[in-house]
Amino acid sequence: MSRPEHLAPPEIAKLLNLPPNTTCYILDIGCGSGLSGEIIEEEGHVWVGMDIAPSMLIEVALECEVEGDLFLQDIGQGMAFRPGTFDGAISISVLQWLCNADHSSHNPKSRLTRFFSTLYSSLRRGARAIFQFYPENDAQCELIMNVAMRCGFEGGLLIDYPNSKKAKKYYLCLFAGSQAGKVEMPKALGEDEREVEDDVDDEPSQVAYSNERIKDRRKNSSKQRRKSVKDKDWVIHKKEVARLRGQNNVPADSKYTARNRKPRF
Amino acid sequence: MRLITHNMLQCHVKGCNTNNFPLELSEIEYELQETEFNPQFLRNFVPKLEWDALVRTAMKLGITTLPDKLPDTPIQEIDEKFLKDLHRVLLETHIQQGRMTCPNCQHVYPIKDGIPNMLLNENEV
Repeated sequence: MSRPEHLAPPEIAKLLNLPPNTTCYILDIGCGSGLSGEIIEEEGHVWVGMDIAPSMLIEVALECEVEGDLFLQDIGQGMAFRPGTFDGAISISVLQWLCNADHSSHNPKSRLTRFFSTLYSSLRRGARAIFQFYPENDAQCELIMNVAMRCGFEGGLLIDYPNSKKAKKYYLCLFAGSQAGKVEMPKALGEDEREVEDDVDDEPSQVAYSNERIKDRRKNSSKQRRKSVKDKDWVIHKKEVARLRGQNNVPADSKYTARNRKPRF
Repeated sequence: MRLITHNMLQCHVKGCNTNNFPLELSEIEYELQETEFNPQFLRNFVPKLEWDALVRTAMKLGITTLPDKLPDTPIQEIDEKFLKDLHRVLLETHIQQGRMTCPNCQHVYPIKDGIPNMLLNENEV
């Protein structure tokens, strides 16, 4: 099962880099059925979710009894929160939809600008916003990054498992102003494998590479080393045959027959 | 929607930048749902609150447990009883049905099944 909408990546909580043992106020953009909200809840934070699909929200609100507050909202129209409200924001598989123009009045760039600028102001200084998304192409990535930077965010793109088609994941990590000095970008998963496995496999995936089989074959061969065909029995048999054929220069058999000569240098 | 979130909400219609907080509640139905009491979170959150707006909103719902002014004591020394009252108002009061009206542009955000509809018309973006 590799349907991303069913699995909220737990590492997203790690990327947010919230202060330990404090309850924070988190925004979940495009919360859908509230899966990522549940993860936030487990970490002990209070959250607010928003989505554009009313069916999802009503289903969640009525059946699942989530803790967070839900909003029916089009994020391209901006957020309606006071400045400095949230300690962090997450969003899973949402950002790419902002690049679509589903309506004649939609202009992706202005919608992105409206989204990022209102998000920036609703975040506390030093808060982080983590977006996991599926860009269609590099141009989309670039557009999103450009708009975010222009709205005042710092940060960058993080790509987990950059060489794998399946496990590859894009995270946009944005910082709404830094707390002190330089902010360090979190590290992507699966990047180090690249050097090691470059020559072995062009597509490292999440499954660890194992050379068990190759080792196995080697082990077998060393165990039952192939016996030489030309052993003593074979030599004696050959000489016997030669004698029967009447060849007269066949050497006599002795304990030295078919022995290796000692090594000489 | 809990009152904690209402206290953070402002109107986001384009050009509506002043006097757009708090959204006026009307025709409200609300219910109480118990949740865990977390004094540390509340202490951290108090500075973020707009106290006057919260008190006014609570009054509207008929809740009068909150004092008119925030206690002068430092945040870490606020007493437990005050925090308990605050917890009840902020985190356990859920608005289920009603309307929120922007005091400036009069835009109405309806609340249905506890979910506010924040969608705007095209000409408001």
